[in-house]
Amino acid sequence: MEEAAPNYFLIIGGVLFVMLNVAAALIWVERRLLALFQDRYGPNRAGPLGLLIVAADSIKLFFKQDWIPPFADKPVFILAPAIVVVTVLMSFVVIPFAPGVIVADLNIGLLFFLAMSSMGAYSIILGGWASNNKYSLLGAMRGAAQMISYEVFMGLSLMGVVLLSGSFSLVEIVEAQSGLWFFIPQIVGFVIFFIAGIAETHRLPFDIPEAESELVAGFHSEYSGMKFGMFFIGEYMGITLISCMIVTLYFGGWLGPDFLPPVVWFILKTAFFLMIFILLRASMPRPRYDQLMEFGWKILLPITLVNLLVTAGVVLWVKE
Amino acid sequence: MENGNSIVAQLQARFGTDTFKPQSTKDDILTLWMPHDKIKDVLAFLKHDIPQPFPLLYDLTATDERTRKHENGHVPYAFTIIYHLLSFERNSFIRLKVGFRDEFPTVQSISSLWANANWYEREVYDMFGIRFSGHPHLYRILMPRTWVGHPLRKEHPARATEMGPFALYDDKVDLEQAALQFKPEEWGLQRQSEDSDFMFLNIGPQHPGTHGVLRIVLQLDGEDIVDAIPDIGFHHRGQEKMAERQSWHTYLPYTDRVDYLGGVMNNLAYLMAVEKLAGIKVPERVKVIRVMLCELFRIASHLVWYGTFAQDVGQLSPVFYMFTDREKIFDIVEAITGGRMHPNWFRIGGVAQDLPKGWETLVQNFINYFPKRLKEYDNMVMKNSLFKARTKGIGIFTLDEAIEWGVTGPNLRACGFEWDFRKKQPYSGYEMFDFDVPTATNGDCYDRAVVRVAEMRQSLRIIEQCLKNMPEGPYKADHPLTTPPIKKNTMHDIETLITHFLGVSWGPVMPFGEAMSCIEATKGANGYYVTSDGNTSPYRLRIRTPSFPHMQMLPYITKGYTVADLLSILGAMDYVLADIDR
Repeated sequence: MEEAAPNYFLIIGGVLFVMLNVAAALIWVERRLLALFQDRYGPNRAGPLGLLIVAADSIKLFFKQDWIPPFADKPVFILAPAIVVVTVLMSFVVIPFAPGVIVADLNIGLLFFLAMSSMGAYSIILGGWASNNKYSLLGAMRGAAQMISYEVFMGLSLMGVVLLSGSFSLVEIVEAQSGLWFFIPQIVGFVIFFIAGIAETHRLPFDIPEAESELVAGFHSEYSGMKFGMFFIGEYMGITLISCMIVTLYFGGWLGPDFLPPVVWFILKTAFFLMIFILLRASMPRPRYDQLMEFGWKILLPITLVNLLVTAGVVLWVKE
Repeated sequence: MENGNSIVAQLQARFGTDTFKPQSTKDDILTLWMPHDKIKDVLAFLKHDIPQPFPLLYDLTATDERTRKHENGHVPYAFTIIYHLLSFERNSFIRLKVGFRDEFPTVQSISSLWANANWYEREVYDMFGIRFSGHPHLYRILMPRTWVGHPLRKEHPARATEMGPFALYDDKVDLEQAALQFKPEEWGLQRQSEDSDFMFLNIGPQHPGTHGVLRIVLQLDGEDIVDAIPDIGFHHRGQEKMAERQSWHTYLPYTDRVDYLGGVMNNLAYLMAVEKLAGIKVPERVKVIRVMLCELFRIASHLVWYGTFAQDVGQLSPVFYMFTDREKIFDIVEAITGGRMHPNWFRIGGVAQDLPKGWETLVQNFINYFPKRLKEYDNMVMKNSLFKARTKGIGIFTLDEAIEWGVTGPNLRACGFEWDFRKKQPYSGYEMFDFDVPTATNGDCYDRAVVRVAEMRQSLRIIEQCLKNMPEGPYKADHPLTTPPIKKNTMHDIETLITHFLGVSWGPVMPFGEAMSCIEATKGANGYYVTSDGNTSPYRLRIRTPSFPHMQMLPYITKGYTVADLLSILGAMDYVLADIDR
């Protein structure tokens, strides 16, 4: 990517700028869409279509008293929300938004993404632990268990894509899909990755670490102000990240008919999956924590392994 | 009463002919006074040994008899304990009374006989200072631990102005805080087992999952519930004490607020008892109007339950759809009564006004509209596999356990027992209507939901019959105690004018006596047991609510489940805090 070098800072700045704004805009999108699904209006007072709710929310979060409970473990309490934002933002480093529009085309891009999203579990565990609150602790325990079990087959489900494209680099994976998007041969892998992605971002129906009706706000019960805002933004960026990954790995990334520029294709596809995330939140109940684990280990893991085996067999057979 | 005579004969054969003294009451429930040294034996006999036994302890309460008007005071006691038992096989109640002459008597506890006697006896202790010997945890239940005095004793002040100004000193803050501290040892709970330390988790009083100010202290091993201690009373407003200061008429709005989702259904429970006292027979039109509004409120209440239950298991959207439909019911209620949640619209001997013009269209529109929505909700909630996974096989209790704990209403019917007071002991003309009593078999959270959903369809059927067969006629009984009285003849003769004037200014004077009502309310059997000493306000009014015994059962049915299941169980129970605490 030598020719991209001059744009290096521009791209980093651009990605940061776009991602933080997407996360902020999702506040509005999610609330309006949820309202639409639920026969309500949603925020429609501030600004045209209620768009300024984003500003109102951000101002509120920024100017709230930065409260740390006296019983909390102060350094860890501060560190935890930072981790979630940092790890998610770092993952965006390897996402190819369009040809040449990528911060770093690592040859182990996929592994880098997996590593970073695993690190995100720390924010939940540390946040829940440092809060020194029983609800937070329960949320953190659930979060840790959920993350660990879902990491396993999240990684495995992606191996099918790697087998087909022969690379860990996300740019090469996208380019390998120019003939056929991988969601057709890898439909099983796609579904599993999608489910694991929801669990990874702990969104409803897998918002078990938060579980409002059970654990008040779960691992971030004690957080307020911008520290809570970081978890909040982290969650939105998390679903953006998973949507980006789905598009990159299974839906041909920037690929699409020529009448639109590649980056627009990427954005459109990502937006579609973002809305699916929101629709899921509006429609599904929450399974119990042990049911989720059972579902993961007893159903999804074997399916993933079979999928991997079949894919490997087919790839071998085609090559011979 | 031939039924009653046989019980008396059997009791006399067992305990001696002089043991029981019958008392006549206005509600035709067999009422017997028994000596206080035989309480346990008599009740055990009625529960277990008598043919066609009385397995359900319907209510247990007390009365402070000390200030009854003398001419009516054939009761020479200071306090009376009153037991209400229900026999399903006989389809009748029995009322047993025990009198005490002491200022602070001690009574044999029957908490070993009935599981649900535990809370009732605590309540009597809390409200009257009557102690129960042999009770395992005789603490206050509704009032704060730090409260001085026992509110339902007649010497306890009833108005804020009699209490003196309230001041919260620093010492008092500390005292109150200390009183709220949960001490596991008091409840016989261990802090650790052989291999793990237990965590005590305070759910509530402010918690999104408890639907009101309810506190549950969980003893947790990991996420598994070892034991649960519900702490109620945060919503206690002293409804029973307030009744003793209100006139028979002005107490009506208070009843609306007992089961605040049931609206006028609470008026009905109260009025059934008062009208028995007064001897009022209400006109047919009144009966049908009352039934129609009650069934509308049953649907409204079940809709709230439906939505919040789905929300408790994590489904965000249904609650919005269901509250929208509830608004449609409130539109009808508003058009008819002028109020919404608490219309306070039924009156002694009738209803407040006649039905407005065009009510048929409103009700017909709702009948046309609602079944489609119910079908949609079935697909959205009841058939959802995640919803099933969260509720099937959770919080199971058997029929015997349900009866032991005093469970009534849909929760009882979910155990497969077709018991509905609308069918078994029809009131307000329910015998004229054609409807089924839905039941389910497993007694788990899902089946409780199945029963309620089916009940909404049946309620709709009843409303439709009301619409098609609304009788013509007056909307108030022609009776001197009807309040507000019929004004027709007031300008023609002085007697009617005086009765009218007194009925409106003082309120009606109810004849001496006592009566109990029992209706199938939204959540189970709701009953008012009223005692009149021939005055303008009740001498004693007891509200038996369904949620109280249901909540008492919580520890028993949550043991061994997880925190997430607790929310399913609470959601399926369908309680209202005001209905528990009154």
